[in-house]
Amino acid sequence: MLEAGRSRVALHRRQTLPSGKETRSGGEPGQSSSLMEKLRRGSHLGSGTVPTASSGTAEPCREPPKLGAHQGFPCSTSFKVVEGNSREPLNPPQTTRTGRDHPCGSFPTLLGAGGGTARLALPPRRLRARSGAGRAGPAVRAHRASPWHPRKRRHWRHGRKRKRRWAGRGGAGGGMAAAVLLLLLLVAARPGPGRADAGRERRDALREELLLSPLPTGDVAATFQFRTRWDADLQRGSVSHYRLFPKALGRLVAALGVRELHLALTQGFWRTRYWGQPPLQAPAGAELWVWFQPTVTDVDKAWKELSNILSGIFCASLNFIDSTNTVIPTASFKPLGLANGTDHHLLRYAVLPREVVCTENLTPWKKLLPCGSKAGLAVLLKAERLFHSSYHSQAVHIRPVCRDASCLAVSWELRQTLTVVFDFFSSGQGKKDWSLFKMFSRTLTDTCPLASQSKVYVDISPKNKEKELLEVSPPPTSVHEAIVQGDRKTYAVYDLLSPSLFNTSRSLNVQLKWKRPQDSSEMPIPTLHAQRYVGGYGLQTGEICTLIYNTHPYRAFPVILLETVPWYLRLYVHTLTIITKGKENKPSYIHYQPAQDRRRPHLLEMLIQLPANSVTKITIQFERALLKWTEYPPDPNHGFYVGSSVLSALVPSVTAMKDMDVEQSPLFTSLFPSSDGSSYFVRLYTEPLLVNLPTPDFSMPYNVICLTCTVVAVCYGSFYNLLTRTFHVEEPSRGGLAKRLANVIRKFRGVPPL
Amino acid sequence: MRCAIAAPRLRRRQRWLQRLHESETGIGVKFPTLPALPSSPEADAALHRLQDTTLGSLTMYVVPETSSLLPQGVSVYVGKHRSALVRAGGSLAALQARLREVAQAMSFTASSIAAALSDRVPDGQLSPDARRTLKSSLGYEITFSLLNPDPKSHTVDWDIEGAVNRYVKPVLDKLSLVANFSVDSQILYYAVLGVTPRYDKESSSFLLSAHSLPHVINPVEARLGSSAASLYPVLNFLLYVPERSHSPLYIQDKDGAPVSTNAFHSPRWGGIMVYNVEAPASPQASLPLHVDVDMARVMEVFLAQLRLLFGLSQDEVPPEFLLEGPGNEGLADWELDHLLWAHTVENIATVSTTLTSLAQLLDKIGNIVIKDDVASEVYKAVASVQSAVTKLSLGHLHAAFQASKEAVTSSERAFFDPSLLHLLYFPDDQKFAIYIPLFLPMAVPILLSLAKIVRETRLRKKEPTKMD
Repeated sequence: MLEAGRSRVALHRRQTLPSGKETRSGGEPGQSSSLMEKLRRGSHLGSGTVPTASSGTAEPCREPPKLGAHQGFPCSTSFKVVEGNSREPLNPPQTTRTGRDHPCGSFPTLLGAGGGTARLALPPRRLRARSGAGRAGPAVRAHRASPWHPRKRRHWRHGRKRKRRWAGRGGAGGGMAAAVLLLLLLVAARPGPGRADAGRERRDALREELLLSPLPTGDVAATFQFRTRWDADLQRGSVSHYRLFPKALGRLVAALGVRELHLALTQGFWRTRYWGQPPLQAPAGAELWVWFQPTVTDVDKAWKELSNILSGIFCASLNFIDSTNTVIPTASFKPLGLANGTDHHLLRYAVLPREVVCTENLTPWKKLLPCGSKAGLAVLLKAERLFHSSYHSQAVHIRPVCRDASCLAVSWELRQTLTVVFDFFSSGQGKKDWSLFKMFSRTLTDTCPLASQSKVYVDISPKNKEKELLEVSPPPTSVHEAIVQGDRKTYAVYDLLSPSLFNTSRSLNVQLKWKRPQDSSEMPIPTLHAQRYVGGYGLQTGEICTLIYNTHPYRAFPVILLETVPWYLRLYVHTLTIITKGKENKPSYIHYQPAQDRRRPHLLEMLIQLPANSVTKITIQFERALLKWTEYPPDPNHGFYVGSSVLSALVPSVTAMKDMDVEQSPLFTSLFPSSDGSSYFVRLYTEPLLVNLPTPDFSMPYNVICLTCTVVAVCYGSFYNLLTRTFHVEEPSRGGLAKRLANVIRKFRGVPPL
Repeated sequence: MRCAIAAPRLRRRQRWLQRLHESETGIGVKFPTLPALPSSPEADAALHRLQDTTLGSLTMYVVPETSSLLPQGVSVYVGKHRSALVRAGGSLAALQARLREVAQAMSFTASSIAAALSDRVPDGQLSPDARRTLKSSLGYEITFSLLNPDPKSHTVDWDIEGAVNRYVKPVLDKLSLVANFSVDSQILYYAVLGVTPRYDKESSSFLLSAHSLPHVINPVEARLGSSAASLYPVLNFLLYVPERSHSPLYIQDKDGAPVSTNAFHSPRWGGIMVYNVEAPASPQASLPLHVDVDMARVMEVFLAQLRLLFGLSQDEVPPEFLLEGPGNEGLADWELDHLLWAHTVENIATVSTTLTSLAQLLDKIGNIVIKDDVASEVYKAVASVQSAVTKLSLGHLHAAFQASKEAVTSSERAFFDPSLLHLLYFPDDQKFAIYIPLFLPMAVPILLSLAKIVRETRLRKKEPTKMD
């Protein structure tokens, strides 16, 4: 019983700290006060008018997506703010007994399994909440301040009811057991059910996929994609019974009127110049962009609630998203799923470049997978290997998609992606050979029984037209050829669901060996890549320079640049220059929203035409602002981050692409819809910037206090002595120490004393 | 002894659960005249039309001692609604005592009020039962989770939607007066219990002993997911289908006997039921085995646990009482009142605790700023709680409950207002610490001169004795 009590207490403690980052940074006074400042400021989110300097058309990049059949999704509009308290410690469990054969009859009686020996001492709840956990108090509340009002949403759908095989219940346990037995026999007697969901209509499906691609530099990128598709409209009616789709996210989508949600947590930076185009890139830190339903009346409030709830779910500091880092892009982010119109006021975008991604973020991410990390491809997701890498990015994408080709109904898709780049060149003694075991220290042993598709793709496309340089083992089940991002690629496919794969060996350890060392001089350069840095000197002014490269030999294409700069860097828009090949390049569309101090950041969106084979340099000057002393983070000399800028472009493809069926093609090709065969969509992120702001000496007030206090105290001491001391004439005494010493010596010498 | 007498009552309870399947016919039947030998349920139904149906009211009919309306040995019959038949017997004083007993059993007893205030009662004075019931809240979330730790061997399907509609919804509709409820469900795969069950050779089954049950929940709870979009307490009901290598799995009670329902509950948290899948007749049967969960069997246990968690156990009713089954709703009218009384008292106690600790906090920090809206919330809470107390004393249960709910809402809002954060205010001891560089050097001459004064006075005291 005692252990029981203890375990419940531990649980209780865990529960009272829902947002890890809050409490982690506790104890730093600067941090906590700035947090409070933010919390207080959060109540008046800036929703001012958006000055738009627009010339030319807005939406060059993508076709407006296909209209869905649904015109407006109902969503809950009534929220109630209720303050809750954490669960109290509990008694140990008690057995419930309903025994039909028990003399007590059938109604449950309580067994006193939880004796009163080890009950927990409850400190007075109020005081504990206020003083002990007072630090966590407001944070907890801020993140949970959005109760879903259940009464408004509680519907009881009279869905299909399965016909019972026995009529009524006989009451007697024997009859019951017989019925169950009969049922089981019936089930067992059916011809082999085969796969888990064979013959039975399932409304949700899971596909999982791992793409392993050797990068030109010798690193290996592994991209996991898990796609849960649910043929149910989360926002219509009462969908509250979840199977594969995680309940936490489903409830979130339903309660807050989310149309699309894209969250990425990234550690490291994808080096496009050396690694090529990623299947999915994300900026360093945390990125969140959300489209809300048109029925959401107060988008800012929903956004605030959403970021707080997500920070609780993913254990990330997303609750630091507020009006000072949220922008409303007009052209860069379009819905990736079904959408009726693209009113960009329903969009919110925020990046937290300071966010550190670690195991605590991976664990809740893995928990959303139906098989967890117990079976299937997710077995490989071992945190100590994943974070021992050059780049780690995990993402969650939720979007509505067409249920079928006719697109009359909506399905919801949850895509969980994880990209990790391993550096084998430095760790593998110059050899670029790799295997699953070397990367993840695990091998694939079985499949997730819930997955309808489970495949491993290995990119074995020849880099040049010569003979094959690499060799994969074991032999793949099939070879898939596709044109991905303008390149013809060949993939070795291992279908984990095919019975032949695990027949020969118990586990699958995909290995790749290079036949001869690849010379790295002929590294292919991606068509579009970019670079960004801070120029200038001193602590007053500076310059943000962005270099965008178009290496396409003969095609020019436009690119949308989105730049979000915090308010404490005051941009001078008149210094904005865009220079290509020595000439000024006039953007065809500019949207600039100036910052407001402590309210909102700068937002600069431009549509720039990139001529073929060119470098475009964009510079803009800024001035560094002085912050209030409470606004500095605990480590102010580390500098302040400026989030990555976003490049969105339709890059012309060298090879023509075919239209593919989205459901059939590999997952890594199907997140961004391709508009036509001649170009493909690319979204790139540049490096985040680290800018030093003039930082005051924070110990100065204390030093001043110390110094003045010492001076005052010394003066006070002498005055006090002067005023209180009584002076009187001293009688000549026996003399000082020297005299006494001399007398002692004289005594020894026999000379009369002085 | 309690068991033996409780048996008929419990059997009746089983009956209403069975009746939930079929359409109920015994309710609302009209009785133009009472039959020659009417039974007590019929009398209750017939008298129902005459009764006061407001919340908190009770109607008691005293029948003659010789009446055949009540079965032999039963002196009190409690109906489905807010009425009771009491057999007259003995003196008027005895009848009065019995009437008081009935009224208490149907509204609130000292122990039910003590259970409602259990968090404020010092430890060790209450039985563990008192701490079982859920705390009063404005809403509850009920989550049914099906745990399938072995999806390779078992494909488990449950018709949770139908079961919720059929069994849970009537209960919650009735309880909607008390709080808001939301119901959802999920299926969790590869979710294992935290304890490895012990293999029992005799019965060739696996056993989970009572003392290991506390360790079962924790690893599972990590998978359950928090209710991110709501603040209400969550009631978890888990249906666990043991993995093939651990089935059949039985729960043992403290005496080592298997628990016949194979279920247990954790106070204020929810319940867990182990649902064994019978092994296929032939071992060659191909995996995965398809399992359709018998929802009636499951819901019977879960609803019983739900009632227990709401403190609606009827163990405290004296033995000579006969209770009518609550019918389709799973809850008699007077049981609802019972719940409302307890929750109202608990709400009032919560408000007083909240406001007291708020006052303590404000006393501690002298220069705290109390904003107008916080002050108005406090005033509102005090006014509401006062009106709740007056209405409670007048017996207006519904109004009192509403007022107490309002009081809780406003007091919590005042208490958790972000402007009233302790840490926003600079503690006085730190202010003092900053000025230590000033105070310390200044104190040195003062202390020295004090020491000097002391020395001088001591000398001065000594001197006169020397003079003598």
